[in-house]
Amino acid sequence: METSRRGFLAALSTAVPDPMATADQPQDHQHQLVPSDISLRVKSLESLLVEKGLVDPAALDALVDTYENHVGPRNGAKVVARAWTDALYKKRLLSNAASAIAELGFLSTQGEHMVALENTAKLHNVVVCTLCSCYPYTILGLPPVWYKSSAYRSRAVIDPRGVLREFGLDLPEEVEVRVWDSTAELRYIVLPERPAGTDHLGEEELAGLVTRNSMIGVEKVKLPVGGAR
Amino acid sequence: MNGVHDMGGMHGMGPVRAEIDEPVFHERWEARVYALTRAIGAWRKWNIDTGRFYIERIPPADYLRMSYYEKWFVRTVELLVKTGMVSQHEVETGVPEPGSAKLTPRLRADQVPVVSLSRNIESSHEPAIRPRFKTGQHVRARNMNPTGHTRLPRYARGRKGTIVLDHGVYNFPDTSADGRGSKRQHVYSVRFAARELWGEQASPHDFVHLDLWDDYLEHV
Repeated sequence: METSRRGFLAALSTAVPDPMATADQPQDHQHQLVPSDISLRVKSLESLLVEKGLVDPAALDALVDTYENHVGPRNGAKVVARAWTDALYKKRLLSNAASAIAELGFLSTQGEHMVALENTAKLHNVVVCTLCSCYPYTILGLPPVWYKSSAYRSRAVIDPRGVLREFGLDLPEEVEVRVWDSTAELRYIVLPERPAGTDHLGEEELAGLVTRNSMIGVEKVKLPVGGAR
Repeated sequence: MNGVHDMGGMHGMGPVRAEIDEPVFHERWEARVYALTRAIGAWRKWNIDTGRFYIERIPPADYLRMSYYEKWFVRTVELLVKTGMVSQHEVETGVPEPGSAKLTPRLRADQVPVVSLSRNIESSHEPAIRPRFKTGQHVRARNMNPTGHTRLPRYARGRKGTIVLDHGVYNFPDTSADGRGSKRQHVYSVRFAARELWGEQASPHDFVHLDLWDDYLEHV
């Protein structure tokens, strides 16, 4: 679905305000407006760098194509589905995530330092980068705007349960919430709980249930409305 | 630096608003800024820590007002000029100075599928560098306020935690960012009780794990 930033901002400005928000609270996306000439400034810089032989325009196209069409949360979902259906794979994933993900061809065997965090009925892991935007983009693709927003970065560490409620996840008080602030070069991917009632589903169907947000830890994996076929 | 980028625990930023069916890039220029920055990174004229520092140095009011990729654009232009890869005059005109040499790009299109498979972080296995702390040990994050780049957030400074995992050896961002060297040392996952960080308002069942370097920690 093609959604323009301006369309999204316009929709936001008419959205019902959060009942917990006060009138003087800034809303993160609304001050992310950009000057209208940024597009021209970027074009001018690209043309300069191409002319100087510093970048190859075909490499730029390939980079954009990679993250728009090839590297994204579907790769992570396949890793999760494999871990749900293969106990030995899951063990390898939890002990050395980068090498287990490399087995499926989504990472190279070197140069990526990754940790997989298993969510259970008693432990809920959630990932943030309070300082910038660190994200396991080699496996999940580029992070969504909300992950990079001041709201998420500021609140995930001090009010994780409140943030999770905004994503529709209300955890029982006795569940441990473990927030991982990605302050170094380790990248974290959450292995969400396999939903009940999916015993009859194969790996591919299971992968279809796994959402990006569940691999960041802000949602659980749910069965589609009406249950699994 | 105690910049506005270090926002863990701040109030007033509003609710988290997730966009449904969000595209990877909202505008074409964002995609181009992303790709330009990655492609120019292949020249290795600056490292990841310097790149982060030049985003943190954007003045606070601008930082909060700018979109994510606008910050990337500002950072990339500033570093291109600082490293002499382009001149300020070239940025303004969009054309190379007369007589300037034409180089060969460092990243080719056919290399992109391979490059995208890893962030190419150096191996963390370096037995010659000994850890200062052991798993299970209680530590305190230092109370330090460097004016340069650091990856020790303010909210953890002076707080007590427990080492739960030794991740191995990594470059030290504080010195790596401004050319003082990689100063490689151990990084640990350090577990802090939410109540140690935020007081009684926090749930006793909540914990925050941060990845912290040896130089950020002291014995309790």
